[in-house]
Amino acid sequence: MKTLLRRLSVILALAASVTWLALGRNTGWTKTSVTTMKTDPVTTLEYPVTEKRFVPGVDLLGLCLAGAGVLAGLSLLRPRTPAARP
Amino acid sequence: MRLHSKILFALSTATALSAAPLSFDFKDPKGVNNAVFKLDAPLEAINGTANGVSGTLSFDPENPSKTTGSIVVGTGSLHVANPMMKDHMLGAQWLDAAAHPEIRFEIARIGAVKADGGNFSGEVTGKFTLHGVTKEITVPVKATYLKDKLGMRVPNQKGDLLVLRSTFTVKRSDYGINPGAPQDKVSDEIEITLSLAGASPR
Repeated sequence: MKTLLRRLSVILALAASVTWLALGRNTGWTKTSVTTMKTDPVTTLEYPVTEKRFVPGVDLLGLCLAGAGVLAGLSLLRPRTPAARP
Repeated sequence: MRLHSKILFALSTATALSAAPLSFDFKDPKGVNNAVFKLDAPLEAINGTANGVSGTLSFDPENPSKTTGSIVVGTGSLHVANPMMKDHMLGAQWLDAAAHPEIRFEIARIGAVKADGGNFSGEVTGKFTLHGVTKEITVPVKATYLKDKLGMRVPNQKGDLLVLRSTFTVKRSDYGINPGAPQDKVSDEIEITLSLAGASPR
């Protein structure tokens, strides 16, 4: 059980970190859309174009790392041993 | 005599037409018209956009200081990338989009007008309504009159374009937008940049 919790903890921490790094290392809040500015050729005005894209932020990364920490902490707890019979 | 009268009539009509202010509609079907807002607090920067722009302006290229009309931004069109932040922003504690569905600027007067060909700049004073609170503010505006350029944006449509650019700052506390919220997390100052193109079809 301890080994399973520790492995889960490592997997969760690694998966969260790799996903966060791969999807843009966003140091802000998690985004569900990304806006880029384009320029209209006639008016030369800049305008936003928003596309739906999931970009995890430090809030989600922190939540996953905290979850991994909880799992690792649980693995350190001693299992209850039945009271020795007289 | 008849010919003379006709020429006079044609000349007077042409003069009247050229002097008449043009009506520009800012409901842009291409969705280019937008407002960008920025709140730069020490602990958090919030950036967003809005594209629900409408409104009409009456603009005379020969007399830009006489421009009248209003620009409206739909509160519900304000967008930030984080969905929870967007819900909060449009909710009752902040902008209360349900109760105050429009952000409006109505021109009262224009001063310090400078003209350079089709380019104009000036200080526009008007009534700015945000979160149901109306205050008179003065903002710098740059305008570009693009005669006969509407067809380049809308095929087979003759007409003119009026491009407006303005950047100004308002304080959310002046408009009763959650004035008690900590200013180190949500800045009191909101920088607004308007990029608008109005169409005057013929």
